Amino acid sequence: MMQKLDQVPMGKPSRNVLAMFVGLLFLLGAIGSLHVAANAYDTIMGFHASLFTGFFLLAVIWIAKAAQDGATERGYMDKVIKYGTVASVFWGVVGFIVGLVIALQLAFPMLNFDTSFINFGRLRPLHTSAVIFAFGGNILIASSLYVVQRTCNARLFGGNLAWLVFWGYQFFIVLAATAYLMGGTQGKEYAEPEWYIDIWLTIVWVAYLVVFLGTLIKRKEPHIYVANWFYLAFIVTIAMLHLINNLAVPVSIYSSHSVMYFSGVQDALIQWWYGHNAVGFFLTAGFLGIMYYFVPKRVERPVYSYRLSIVHFWSLIFLYIWAGPHHLHYTALPDWAQTLGMAFSVMLWMPSWGGMINGLMTLSGAWDKLRTDPVVRMLVVSIAFYGMSTFEGPVMSIKAVNSLSHYTDWTIGHVHSGALGWVGMVSFGAIYCLVPWLWGRKRLYSDKLVEWHFWLATIGIVFYIAAMWPAGIYQGLMWRAYDALGFLEYSFVESVAMAHPYFMIRALGGGLFMLGSLVMAYNVYRTIRGDERIGEYGDDAQTVAAE
Amino acid sequence: MAFSHATIEKNSILLLVLALLTVSIGGLVEIVPLFFIKSTIEEVEGMRPYTPLELSGRDIYIREGCYNCHSQMIRPLRSEVERYGHYSLAAESMYDHPFQWGSKRTGPDLARVGGKYSDEWHVVHMTKPSSVVPETVMPGYPFLAKTPLDTKHIGELLWAHSVVGVPYSQEMIDNAAIDLKAQLDPFSDDYDGLVARYGEVIMRDFDGNPDEVTELDALIAYLQMLGTLVDFSVYDAKANNR
Repeated sequence: MMQKLDQVPMGKPSRNVLAMFVGLLFLLGAIGSLHVAANAYDTIMGFHASLFTGFFLLAVIWIAKAAQDGATERGYMDKVIKYGTVASVFWGVVGFIVGLVIALQLAFPMLNFDTSFINFGRLRPLHTSAVIFAFGGNILIASSLYVVQRTCNARLFGGNLAWLVFWGYQFFIVLAATAYLMGGTQGKEYAEPEWYIDIWLTIVWVAYLVVFLGTLIKRKEPHIYVANWFYLAFIVTIAMLHLINNLAVPVSIYSSHSVMYFSGVQDALIQWWYGHNAVGFFLTAGFLGIMYYFVPKRVERPVYSYRLSIVHFWSLIFLYIWAGPHHLHYTALPDWAQTLGMAFSVMLWMPSWGGMINGLMTLSGAWDKLRTDPVVRMLVVSIAFYGMSTFEGPVMSIKAVNSLSHYTDWTIGHVHSGALGWVGMVSFGAIYCLVPWLWGRKRLYSDKLVEWHFWLATIGIVFYIAAMWPAGIYQGLMWRAYDALGFLEYSFVESVAMAHPYFMIRALGGGLFMLGSLVMAYNVYRTIRGDERIGEYGDDAQTVAAE
Repeated sequence: MAFSHATIEKNSILLLVLALLTVSIGGLVEIVPLFFIKSTIEEVEGMRPYTPLELSGRDIYIREGCYNCHSQMIRPLRSEVERYGHYSLAAESMYDHPFQWGSKRTGPDLARVGGKYSDEWHVVHMTKPSSVVPETVMPGYPFLAKTPLDTKHIGELLWAHSVVGVPYSQEMIDNAAIDLKAQLDPFSDDYDGLVARYGEVIMRDFDGNPDEVTELDALIAYLQMLGTLVDFSVYDAKANNR
C-alpha cells in the first residue's frame, strides 16, 4: 500500500526534463536578481535582490541534488510537514517575543532607543506578520498538507513542489521581516510587504494551491472531507484578496518602493475587505480546517453534525466577505456600505456559533478527556475563545458601539482574544498532536508541561484582554467627555497617561503567553528527540492499561 | 430534482468554483459601486496633488509606520469635530495611494494637524517627543534631522503616481527635483515655477537647517499641509447630493 502511493519513481526521464526546466528558471531568476542588485536604487532592494540571487542559486543546487538522489521517501510525504511544524513553533516564539517588546515599548517608550530599526512603527508590522503569516501560516500549510493526505488517502501531488512551498514561504517571511526593519512597507496594515515580495508570495501561493488541489483530485476516497473544504476556501480566497489588495506600480524594477493602484475611499474599502478577510479566511476558515480534523481525531469521536458542517461552511464563507466596512464606520466611506457591513457582521454571529457548537459537541461522549488530556483542553478552550470573540465582534460592529470602541485599545483586546485564544490555542493543540504523530512517538515528552503551557497561556490571555477592555472603554469615554460648561473635558494626552497601568498589565499578560510558548518549544524539542519525562507516565504497563 | 451536497463533495473543481463564486459576491456588491456612484467622492475646491517635497514626507510617514498609531480620519461626531476640526471628506484623500485613514489612535488624529503647531515644535517633538509632551509614548525620531533626503528618483516617484491616476503632468515630473528644492526656499529662482505648477504652497525651510535637505524637512512639510487644502468656508455639503 505504502509503496503504491508513490507511483512515479524519481529519475524517470520526464521528471529530469522538468527538473532541468525548473532549474533553468531559477538560474534565470538568479541572473535577473543579480542585475537588479547591481543597479538597485536603495539599500533594501540591493539587499533583497542579493538574497534572491542566493536563494535561486541554492534552489538550483538543491534541484540538481534531488534529481541525482532519486526518491527516498515513500508513502505520505511527511518530511516537509515536519519542517513546517518546527518552523511554526520557531516563528511563533519570535512573533510572541516581538509582541512583548512592542507592548513594553508602549508602556516604556524609552525602549524605542531613538533608533530607526526597532522603533514601534517598524516592529508592529513585524509582530503582526510574524504571528499571523509566519506562525499561523506555517501551521496552516503544514497541517493542511498533513490532513489532505490522510483524508484523501493519497501522497501529496507535485512531488518536490511542496518543498518550494515550504522554503519559498520561509523566504517570503525573511524578506518581509527584514524589509520592515529597514523601513520597507506599502503602508497597508497586514499587507505591508512591497511589490516584489508580493509577487514572490503569489508564486508560492499558487504552488501551494496546486499541491493541495492536486492531492484532492487524485484522492482515493469518494468524498472530500469537511476540513479540506475550509482549507481550500482559505487558499483560494487569500489568493483573491492578496492579488487585488496589493495591486501597485513599482517606481522602477530597481526600486523597492511602489505606489498602490487604488486611492482614498476605494483603497480604504479594498484594504478592509482584505484585512477583515485575512481574519475571516486566514485566521478563521483555515483554523476551522484544523478544528474539523484535529478535534474529532484527538477525542476519537465523529464530527457532531454533518448537516451543520455544510451550513457552517457555506454561510461562513458567504457572509464573512461582506463584513469589511465595519472597520470604516463613520468614516468618509458611504453610509450604505457601512450599513451593509454592519448588517452582515451581525449575521456572521450565527455561522460562527454554528461552527463553535459543531466543534464543542464533537466531544459528546468524550467530555472526560477534558480532565485527562491537556491537549484536548487546549483545543476546547480555543473553541470557547472562538465563540467569545465571534460574539464580541458583531457587537463591536454595531455603529453605536463602534463610535466608542473604534480607534481604541478595545479593538486590540478583541483581536487578541481571537488571536491568542482561538488561533494560538488551536495551533498549539494541533502542534501537540502533530509532533508525536509525525515523529512516531508514543506520546509527548511531557503532558505536565502542556498543562503549564495551558495555564500560562490562559492566564496571560485573561490579563491581556482584561486590561484592554477598560483601557479601550476609558479612551472612548474620555475622548467624548464634556464638562459642565460644554467643553471637551480631557486633552488627548490625558487618555494616553490613563492607559499606562493597563499597558503594563497587558505586557505582563503577553509575557506569560510568550513564556508558555517557550515551554512548548522545549516540550516539542524533547519529544522529537524521543524522550519521555522521567517518572511522569509511570511504568508503561500501567499507562497502556489506563488507556 | 433532488439536490445532494454529495455532488459538490465529490468534485474538487466544482467545490473550488462554487467557493470562489460564493466569496466573490460580497466584494463585488460593496466595492464596485464605489467607482461609479458619483457622490462617493465629493466635489470640492482646493484639492491638488502633493508637491514633490510633501510626497517625499508622506513616504517617510509611511516608512516609519506612523499609521500604526495615528489616524487621518475625523468622524462626523460632535466630540471629534470639536477636537480635530471639520470631519474628513472622501475627496481629501483622493490622491492618497495608499489611503492613510488608520485604525488606531494611540496618538491623536492627524487629518488636520497642518498649521496646528509651529515648525520648531515639530522639530523638537520629532527629536524628543517627551520634551514637549511629557506623558507621550511616541518614539523619538532624532535620525530624521540628520538623514539627507534621497531625491534622486523623485521624478520616477511622481511618474508612478501619475500612472495610477494622480494628475501629475509631464512638466511636473520633469521639474520634480527643482520643485522639491524650491519649496524649502521662498527666495529661490524657481519660486514661480513651483507656484505655477502647484499653486500657493507652504514655502520655507522646515527643519531649521537651511544648509541641508533632510528627511525631517520633508516630513514636516507633509504634516504642515495635512487637511489644509479644502476651504471649508465655501464647502457646501448639500451640493454633494447628486
